[in-house]
Amino acid sequence: MSEARGLKSWLTTTDHKRIGLLYFWTAFSFFLVGGLEALLIRAQLAQPDGHLVSAETYNQLFTMHGTTMVFLALMPLSASFFNYIVPLQIGARDVAFPRLNAFSYWVFLLGGLFLNASWFVGPLFRAGMLNVAPDGGWFGYANLTERQYSPGPNIDFWLLGLQILGISSLAAGFNFIVTILNLRAPGMKLMRLPTFTWMTLVTQFLIITAFPVITVGLVFLMFDRFFGAHFYVHEAGATPILWQHLFWLFGHPEVYILILPAMGIVSDVLPTFARKPLFGYTVVVYSGILIGFMGWGVWSHHMFSVGLGPIADSVFAATTMLIAVPTGVKIFNWIATLWGGAIRGTTALHFAVGFIAMFIIGGLSGVTHASPPADLQQTDTYYVVAHIHYVLFGGTILGLFAGIYYWWPKMTGRLLSEPLGKWHFWLQFIGMNLAFFPMHFIGLLGMPRRIYTYSADLGVSDLNLASTAGAFLIAVAILVFLYNVWRTRRHGQPASNDPWGGASLEWSIPSPPPVYNFSVIPTVTSRLPRWRTELHGPMQDPPAVPPAPIHVPGGSWWPLVAALGLPVMALAALTHTLWIVFVGAALLLVGIYRWAFEPFEV
Amino acid sequence: MPRIRLWLATAALAMSGCGGPFPQSTLHPRSDFARGTDALFTDIFWWAAAVFVVVELMLLVAIVRFRHREGRAAPRPTHGHTLMEIGWTLAPAVILVFVAVPTVRTIFATAGEAPADALKVDVIGHQWWWEFRYPELALVTANELHVPLGRVVQLSITSADVIHSFWAPPLGGKRDAIPGHMTRIAFRPDSVGDYSGQCAEFCGASHANMRLRVIVDSDSGFGRWATVQLAGPAAPAPGTLAERGRAVFARSACIGCHTIQGVSPGVIGPNLTHVGSRTTIASGLFPNDSAHLARWIADAPSLKPGSLMTRMQPPLTDADIAALGAYLQSLK
Repeated sequence: MSEARGLKSWLTTTDHKRIGLLYFWTAFSFFLVGGLEALLIRAQLAQPDGHLVSAETYNQLFTMHGTTMVFLALMPLSASFFNYIVPLQIGARDVAFPRLNAFSYWVFLLGGLFLNASWFVGPLFRAGMLNVAPDGGWFGYANLTERQYSPGPNIDFWLLGLQILGISSLAAGFNFIVTILNLRAPGMKLMRLPTFTWMTLVTQFLIITAFPVITVGLVFLMFDRFFGAHFYVHEAGATPILWQHLFWLFGHPEVYILILPAMGIVSDVLPTFARKPLFGYTVVVYSGILIGFMGWGVWSHHMFSVGLGPIADSVFAATTMLIAVPTGVKIFNWIATLWGGAIRGTTALHFAVGFIAMFIIGGLSGVTHASPPADLQQTDTYYVVAHIHYVLFGGTILGLFAGIYYWWPKMTGRLLSEPLGKWHFWLQFIGMNLAFFPMHFIGLLGMPRRIYTYSADLGVSDLNLASTAGAFLIAVAILVFLYNVWRTRRHGQPASNDPWGGASLEWSIPSPPPVYNFSVIPTVTSRLPRWRTELHGPMQDPPAVPPAPIHVPGGSWWPLVAALGLPVMALAALTHTLWIVFVGAALLLVGIYRWAFEPFEV
Repeated sequence: MPRIRLWLATAALAMSGCGGPFPQSTLHPRSDFARGTDALFTDIFWWAAAVFVVVELMLLVAIVRFRHREGRAAPRPTHGHTLMEIGWTLAPAVILVFVAVPTVRTIFATAGEAPADALKVDVIGHQWWWEFRYPELALVTANELHVPLGRVVQLSITSADVIHSFWAPPLGGKRDAIPGHMTRIAFRPDSVGDYSGQCAEFCGASHANMRLRVIVDSDSGFGRWATVQLAGPAAPAPGTLAERGRAVFARSACIGCHTIQGVSPGVIGPNLTHVGSRTTIASGLFPNDSAHLARWIADAPSLKPGSLMTRMQPPLTDADIAALGAYLQSLK
């Protein structure tokens, strides 16, 4: 990384590696916030008739838990690897648009802070603390979220915050598509890309197609709430079901936006530690692409209880079941990759195998509610809460932790402790099963989700207590991880270029890489450039000292200035104050204008 | 260990076969609809369980058997196998056919179509209570739905405000109550009993407190219930506490929201004409006794956050509340 130190060097950085680290720490902080919200939710539900928090606070907690985990934790944690790892895997010196990349990060940070500010600014809206955070669920169903039924600023925070975050995701999406398509090293054909980079590419296409849909939905809702439009108002001849279609048309591809990067990580981690190439690389890649396409044809399975009619229900049941096929294919290929290998049981491998084991459960429970009549008993109950947590916690989070342990030495130059890592894994693995497995039964026994209290008569009190214990066990596991990180800063074993014997290009350069990444851009001749295969020997690593001076662009303030304009404009909408709009717009326009004409030189 | 205990608990529950300890269970069906969905779920569950065992075992065998050991030859760098790929593409596809066929059959069987002689009930969701109207009987009640055993019931569901979802698990799956839309569900109850359910779509502050009961009566029991409900409320005897309660009701804000046949025409809150005959109050939250009624009348929002039944200004005296409670309980 660049030699420059100090606050300014971080505020103005355009180095993809620094931005990757910023993404990581910001997203991990939001992950802790979302986790804290989860613990409060579980503490409330530990017993029937709980009264730790009020109904209103509880509704804010589960809304912010979902919103935070999806938009502020999981997506940007994946983005931290897009940023740090993808350019290294394709043999590039940076992303295609480094300043746009910085802009994406700052917009994400500011959007996240804007959303979470809602916890504290109640008094500014003549309400108490803990009164104006979003409370309409992460799915924000109209017409509950219309001004008539949610008059406070709560929903405004949510819909403005999500619009800000959408801009960040879209900018990053275009950036990474161009990066992956255009900045590949010589010889790095598309079918030689590491699987993680491939899944990143598919994810970016999903982002740039799915986010416009929710943006349209949010703009409609904003017009309804701020300007008295009637997009979701049935009294004016519209229907609130429109929101559900728009939301889930985004929402289901979003599920794949969350899971595909983790699948990519696992597809890179398993071969490294099994000392075997990924089994069926082509099939794994194509099934990832297929999942990306099919993800667009299943949204109404979130809406079976709406009563769309037997024909629509049958069609969406069929498409939903079909998507299980490419998913199953991936799982079989992962197992076949391990089969016949020489498996080293590193922490990263533990998490990758844990991902497969847990994702199978989430996938299978998904099949049970792909069937509409069965789903009519399951939807909106804890059974579905169990399902999404097996997919997004057992899947995405375990996959991301596999990536964290795998690439930590590359990103920081030090290896995380393996014994502590194993403790972390087992605590988290046991904790998540204790937390989420009972939820299957809680749901089947009739407990709906999103309720702040339940009666002891339901007979699910013990199961809920077990689930709460599991949630706190997960918290302990995360503390072990944080201790491991803290300890590694000083006492971690320094990492060589390639502590694991990886096949892809990121392992050919120092850990952490120099600011220019590759002293010489490598020429790629095989899918596993650093491994000996039937036809090729391992590639020569780039020399430690660049044979010729390498031009490295300097930093820029303007992405940050432009990014600041967005939350300021959102603040204007929130407070209904026109002049603030002009301040925000001025920041944005001046930022973009100066950025456009800034000589991007040292 | 906890996992095993849970399995045992569930096994015990499945074998006990009675709805007693789990009044809201989806695993104890008490209608044709619920039996259909339960059979389908059981079917899919066993397919899923089989796949689970096979795939997890393969994974387990792989990580145990192929651990790295010193001195072992380097693994053969296999890149794939076309026949295997075709095999594990087709295998799940075939299993899914076995899931899809009964699924589609059950979709059409539970599509909400009912014979002409079905008992029709209009269900209207409100924040946060349920209104039940029997158009053929010209009868209106709230929160406790009475239906006869063995006759198909057709619910036509809508909402007066935001989206809710009607759900009485032992009798059938959810149907959303959507303002401006009419959704339908039909089922034929097959056991007499008192089943609980609740709103399943997040609908605001007191979503958790929007519960309901479905009481399946014998045919004659349902007839008796309907006859009582159709009659006007009995006037309280002169000089009783209940009579004083009726006077309190008639001069208080109660009449703005509640209907009591012959007394008040309000339509914002539940119809109270026969509230004394219900087993619960506040949309299934509390037993219908004088203590809970008194607390509810005095301060509903503290018991049900966001409740539109606000505290009376000036507050009712304790004596007035007691009288009101006695009156409401007399409305059998």
